[in-house]
Amino acid sequence: MIELLLPPLLAGLAVAMTAGPMGAFVVWRRMAFFGDTLAHGALLGAALALALNVSLYLAVVLMCLALALVLVALQQQRQLASDTLLGMVAHTTLALGIIAISLQPEVRVDLFAFLFGDLLSVAWRDVMWLGGGAVLILFLLVLNWRKLLSMTVDEDLAQVEGVSITATRILLMLLLALLIAGAIRTVGVLLITSLLVIPAASARRLSRTPEQMAVMASVFGMLAVLGGMALSWYADTPVGPSVVVAAATIFVITLSRRHR
Amino acid sequence: MSAPLVSLTDVSLRLGKNEVLQHINLQLYRQRITTLIGPNGAGKTCLAKLVLGLHRPSSGTLVRTPGLKIGYMPQRLRIDDSLPLTVDRFLWLADPVHLDERRAALERVGVAALQHEPVQQLSGGEWQRVLLARALLRKADLLVLDEPAQGVDVIGQNALYGLLAEVREEMGCGILLISHDLHLVMAATDEVICLQHHVCCSGTPEAVSRDPAFHDMFAGAQMPAPNLALYTHDHDHAHDLHGNVDGEHDHAHCEHHHHD
Repeated sequence: MIELLLPPLLAGLAVAMTAGPMGAFVVWRRMAFFGDTLAHGALLGAALALALNVSLYLAVVLMCLALALVLVALQQQRQLASDTLLGMVAHTTLALGIIAISLQPEVRVDLFAFLFGDLLSVAWRDVMWLGGGAVLILFLLVLNWRKLLSMTVDEDLAQVEGVSITATRILLMLLLALLIAGAIRTVGVLLITSLLVIPAASARRLSRTPEQMAVMASVFGMLAVLGGMALSWYADTPVGPSVVVAAATIFVITLSRRHR
Repeated sequence: MSAPLVSLTDVSLRLGKNEVLQHINLQLYRQRITTLIGPNGAGKTCLAKLVLGLHRPSSGTLVRTPGLKIGYMPQRLRIDDSLPLTVDRFLWLADPVHLDERRAALERVGVAALQHEPVQQLSGGEWQRVLLARALLRKADLLVLDEPAQGVDVIGQNALYGLLAEVREEMGCGILLISHDLHLVMAATDEVICLQHHVCCSGTPEAVSRDPAFHDMFAGAQMPAPNLALYTHDHDHAHDLHGNVDGEHDHAHCEHHHHD
């Protein structure tokens, strides 16, 4: 039994561990809706990967990056607010993704798995990819931590102190795109945002420094994966949503703690 | 006099349709405190951002000494409540120097007791001092301080400008100071530049205060009192930044009221 459960468990833990610090940035920089939009676009990337028969992960990463650039370009105009643009782009790409998949009748795709995740179908091969991706993301995060944090505190001040804002922004987008590409198989398009935002939000009340919050978010995310998989195992619930419910439960528990 | 740290020759800045700054000539030197003065909306912050490299001139030339290190204290810096950050971590972002150096910088501006407090719980005046400490930590060639006395009471302002004069002596840096109120600034300044999109008048504080252009600029605006006497340094005791008379270093017990 353990051979069957181990790959999904490790994959989920790898995604959750990375989602901790990334989620902290999403919360600090108010990028929750932005991350959600990229996740929706990921479905279009996945559909294109199937049509062109290329690597799913590669296609999703490229699609997320392309979307990020489009969004930055759209935000240059001032008539429509950011959340309006994000809402438009998110649902348009989601619709395009679903159409693109439906246009390929020869490809039998479980749309539900992309939308809500299919952790239990994860194989060792995926674990290698996810593990490698997680190590890469965490390495780049640690290496650029001060720059990323400096930019988050104040972009002008960071730039005066020698941080290249454009490069650092692109790095953050790239890391987010990588994470979303990995997470699409585990928790699915619609639930990625929650794995980014909920553990980080839970960690906020209990932390005094950004580093504490990032690490604690990782721990909470991993606990949510463990709890979600246990719930799924014993109650026969779908795994992705169970993980999200577990994360939300952790958040509710942290609410009872005094704010620091 | 040695070469200027920053030199602007006939610089104009256009943002959108507005010509915010017109034909500005300005030289900043080591060991010199230059004060920019002018009503709200006169383009003072824009000029500072040109010097900082955050804006590029639309025309004219701006020359910076190669390798120029700038310490910047922005006018407003609000840190999102979602980001847990202590004063100490905030200073670490400027320069990852040793804990003791960060403590020394805070002591310099009289708020060492706040080192491990969350930044969101500081009062306006305390936060201004922490921002100044961060600018000092950079060991910069040039300090750019945008309204450093905001939220600091009058006696504290006096101590602040005294501190700036000391810093100039110790570090040998140039200082660009922005202010919309003039009487306190004057005594600590080598050169005053009155700005109203263009340079109305400039020179020593005494010369400027006699210049009719200076009085025209503030006529009917926010000049505190038309016949306000020029403040000169002449006192028999020192104030610290809290406005306490600085006797036995008694500001250690100065209580900070945080809104927990």
